[in-house]
Amino acid sequence: MPKAKVTFEDVGVTVTVPAGTRLIEVSEKVGAGITYGCREGECCTCLTKIVAGGEHLTLPSILEAQVLKDNLAPRQHRLACQAQVLCGEIVVAPA
Amino acid sequence: MAVLTPDTPVPHAAARVIARDVHWIGALDPELRRFDLLLDSAHGTTYNAYCVRGSAGVSIVDTVKETFADEFFRRLESVADYDEIRAIVLNHLEPDHSGALPELRRRAPKARLYVSSRAQMMLKGVLHGTAGEFTAVQTGDHLDLGDRRLRFLQTPYLHWPDTQCTYLEGDALLFSGDIFGSHYCDARLFNDAVGSFRAAFEQYYACIMRPFAREVRQALALIEPLPLRLIAPAHGPILRDAPAYYLSRYRELSTPSPATGEHTLLVFYLSAYGNTRRMAEELARAAASDEVRVELIDLDGAAIAPLLERIERADAIACGSPTINGDAVKAVWDLLSSLTCIDVRGKIGAAFGSYGWSGEAVRMIEERLRGLKLRTPLPGVRARLTPGSDELAACRSLGHDLALHLCGRAEHRTIDMASLA
Repeated sequence: MPKAKVTFEDVGVTVTVPAGTRLIEVSEKVGAGITYGCREGECCTCLTKIVAGGEHLTLPSILEAQVLKDNLAPRQHRLACQAQVLCGEIVVAPA
Repeated sequence: MAVLTPDTPVPHAAARVIARDVHWIGALDPELRRFDLLLDSAHGTTYNAYCVRGSAGVSIVDTVKETFADEFFRRLESVADYDEIRAIVLNHLEPDHSGALPELRRRAPKARLYVSSRAQMMLKGVLHGTAGEFTAVQTGDHLDLGDRRLRFLQTPYLHWPDTQCTYLEGDALLFSGDIFGSHYCDARLFNDAVGSFRAAFEQYYACIMRPFAREVRQALALIEPLPLRLIAPAHGPILRDAPAYYLSRYRELSTPSPATGEHTLLVFYLSAYGNTRRMAEELARAAASDEVRVELIDLDGAAIAPLLERIERADAIACGSPTINGDAVKAVWDLLSSLTCIDVRGKIGAAFGSYGWSGEAVRMIEERLRGLKLRTPLPGVRARLTPGSDELAACRSLGHDLALHLCGRAEHRTIDMASLA
């Protein structure tokens, strides 16, 4: 299975994860400050800054894109409960 | 008790002028004693709604709790006809402000609803199909009423994601929603006419706004540059006398203590037989240095309220609890449940504790710390019954590593997800 590396800047941890993993699954396990709310892509609590490697994440779904827009999310921000890791190296931080 | 007395009858039908062609059309709720399950309201409250008349029509700003709708409509009808209403602005969707909206929309079908951009996700849940057509606005958007204009300012999380303020240009009047509110009911309405509501104003900030101190500062950055003659909040007295005082008070309350260059770790513990206390002491000793100030606090019998300010100022907290009956001890939950009243996002948290046979408390505390939006970069330490040398070493290691994180010198780790629990 393809792997990717996700770095959580705020806790200084890089995690090797299988493709398809959602950011929130790893974030919780390493105790990063990316926090969760509804886990269904609606509340925007898990808004995450993609510091690098955004191209290695799945594209936002229509729902996620709408929630990001409604919440005036800056560019290079994603919902950790929705964004899935594909490959490569990704660096993230709490929004 | 409420300030209303037999000598000050509630004027059920009268709207009140608060500025030229601007009327208060809200409702008085002197009997309310608890608000949102969170906040005692010994003086009741008001649900403030306003009617703004321009040359091109009328805008209503906020409505009232549904059970007070009749009072609201009587006041509204005394100053405007429904077919004059071309806009309804909701600064906040909570039911105490949106309760009369469905009926208002029915009575004023020409009116368009204006809500904040972030309100969209909540609109359906609050109004269940009765919202109708609406316009989502952002900071800087305007609503033109002919000879006057309303300007929108987004103030999210004060205290819901949707909250916004609406500024009446020219008149320098801010409809501030819940910001600058008080749960204080006095039919005299204005801050220079009502009794002393200082305690209610302070309590309102402490219970409603304090967890969002950083958002308060962001909102003040938008509001402070505005000329202000009057602040019309959604609850409590209308602030026409010295409105700048209330801005400065919010600024004061929301400003963090100046950085000292020293990091603070608070180590809380409960201990029935001294085992968890021993762990706390080891952790604390290992963390303490010239750069990290450590305070060790026994939660047994401790009053929670005075601890909140210390936690608010601290950079990290470690919580120790034995596992008793498969759970952490109640005093720990009392402390952690109180942390929703302050801003702890991004602080570092950790857990530890002794146990007899199952040891769930540490994991439970860690989960709660994450739920409170703390970072928990270091796994907790558990000790079966009396901590041995290895377990005490693990406590020292936890203290040492917490200190490194606080000082920004923690070593970067690379791990495989499979190794994470």
